[in-house]
Amino acid sequence: MRVQGLACIVSGTTLWQDVAFDLHPGMSLGLSGPTGSGKTSLLRILAGLQTPGQGGIRFAGKPQSAWWMPDYRAHVMYLPQRPALPEGTVQAALTAPFRLRAHRGQHYSAKVVQSYLDALQLPTVFLGKRAEELSGGESQLAALLRALLLEPVILLLDEPTASLDATYVGRVEQLLTQWRRTGTRASLWVSHDRAQLARVCDATLTLGR
Amino acid sequence: MQPSYLAIGYWQLGFAAVLIVVNLALSIWLRLGLARSLVVASVRMVAQLLLVGMVLGYVFALRHPAPVVGIGLVMVLFAGVSAVNRTGRRFPAVYLSSLLSVFAASYLVTGAALLGILQVSPWYKPQYAIPLLGMVLGNILNGVSLSLDRFMDGVVRERAWIESELALGATRWEAGHGLVQASLRTGMIPTINSMMVMGVVSLPGMMTGQLLAGAAPGEAVRYQIVIVFMIAAATALGALGMVLLAFRALFNGQHQLRTERLHRPRPWRDALPARLRQLVPGK
Repeated sequence: MRVQGLACIVSGTTLWQDVAFDLHPGMSLGLSGPTGSGKTSLLRILAGLQTPGQGGIRFAGKPQSAWWMPDYRAHVMYLPQRPALPEGTVQAALTAPFRLRAHRGQHYSAKVVQSYLDALQLPTVFLGKRAEELSGGESQLAALLRALLLEPVILLLDEPTASLDATYVGRVEQLLTQWRRTGTRASLWVSHDRAQLARVCDATLTLGR
Repeated sequence: MQPSYLAIGYWQLGFAAVLIVVNLALSIWLRLGLARSLVVASVRMVAQLLLVGMVLGYVFALRHPAPVVGIGLVMVLFAGVSAVNRTGRRFPAVYLSSLLSVFAASYLVTGAALLGILQVSPWYKPQYAIPLLGMVLGNILNGVSLSLDRFMDGVVRERAWIESELALGATRWEAGHGLVQASLRTGMIPTINSMMVMGVVSLPGMMTGQLLAGAAPGEAVRYQIVIVFMIAAATALGALGMVLLAFRALFNGQHQLRTERLHRPRPWRDALPARLRQLVPGK
């Protein structure tokens, strides 16, 4: 992914401008900045959920605008800080996206799910829990599992461990580091925790106000 | 020639108007604060109906399609604007979308009824065209405003969920069709509910009118059945048109949800271009 001269303008006010970086396969880029500096807006723009004020994004050699957006988002997946899961069990939430047109040809694999559950040391009963009964941290884990199962190329992570205790923070960091080390995947990781960014990222971008 | 029904004189109208005293007394006794609204509404109702009675009398005598279609368009205009005014949010072109939906649904269904079912000759015969259109419009207005309100409210309340779906690769339709369904259901339920109890709990206005005018009950019932099916079809079409236009306004071709296009209603003065606004005194 190549980002050039990106600017975020909200209601006539420039939140940030001239943001440029390359995100290569295997790379993890950290993103930090004070509250309200527009970190989430940058992730949403990269995911195509919001249009940038200026600048361009290229992914796999094509400008973002040339992609059919659902296909683009199947490759460049945004994981919000407070993910929304559909009503029903975690298992149902994990299988539902495979019915989407952009994921046609992909199949839900219980074996792959189990491997991620093992990596996070989550019991299998987690899959039977109802979405509305999950804590904030459990919702984040379920949404992370759902995203990983869909095999994106780039993960845009908005404070993915914000609601987790230290044990799970370590497990998630380890899982995501292993995930991108396959060589073809990359991540952009937003965090307020500079120590965490130092642990999981190759470089860090800071947004100022 | 004597009409087959009892004609109402002006002194009888005056006597009926005294009934509003019941509402006024209740409002004053229970301090409901409705006295002023009751008086204004009563005066408006009487003035509007007397005016429409005069206009209809004139149009009935003209025997020409243009005034019938013209009155129909004015009725559509009022219905389209009222449907939006009953909702709590707006987006650009919401009034145009409402007018288009209300116009298409009402003219299509009323036209089909006049030409295909009742086979009125000539097709514009005002004593058929105008009341039929009026009844259809009254119900479309409800259906359109309920479904539009549900849709805009849902877009705001379910934004996180919709955007989560879009972020996973859902198309705008895959992410939003559940809300479209829920909104249409909301718009159509009152019509279905009223059909359920029709003839048992309520005797519809048109049927009552025909009975009072001396029509045979069987005839009046058959007319009413036609009307109810017209209302059901037109409400569904109007609500569908409105929700689909709202869907297109709030989900763009890049499969993005555009909640920033929604705003709370502003006073009508704010909607005017800056130059005109200066001419209108503000609060």
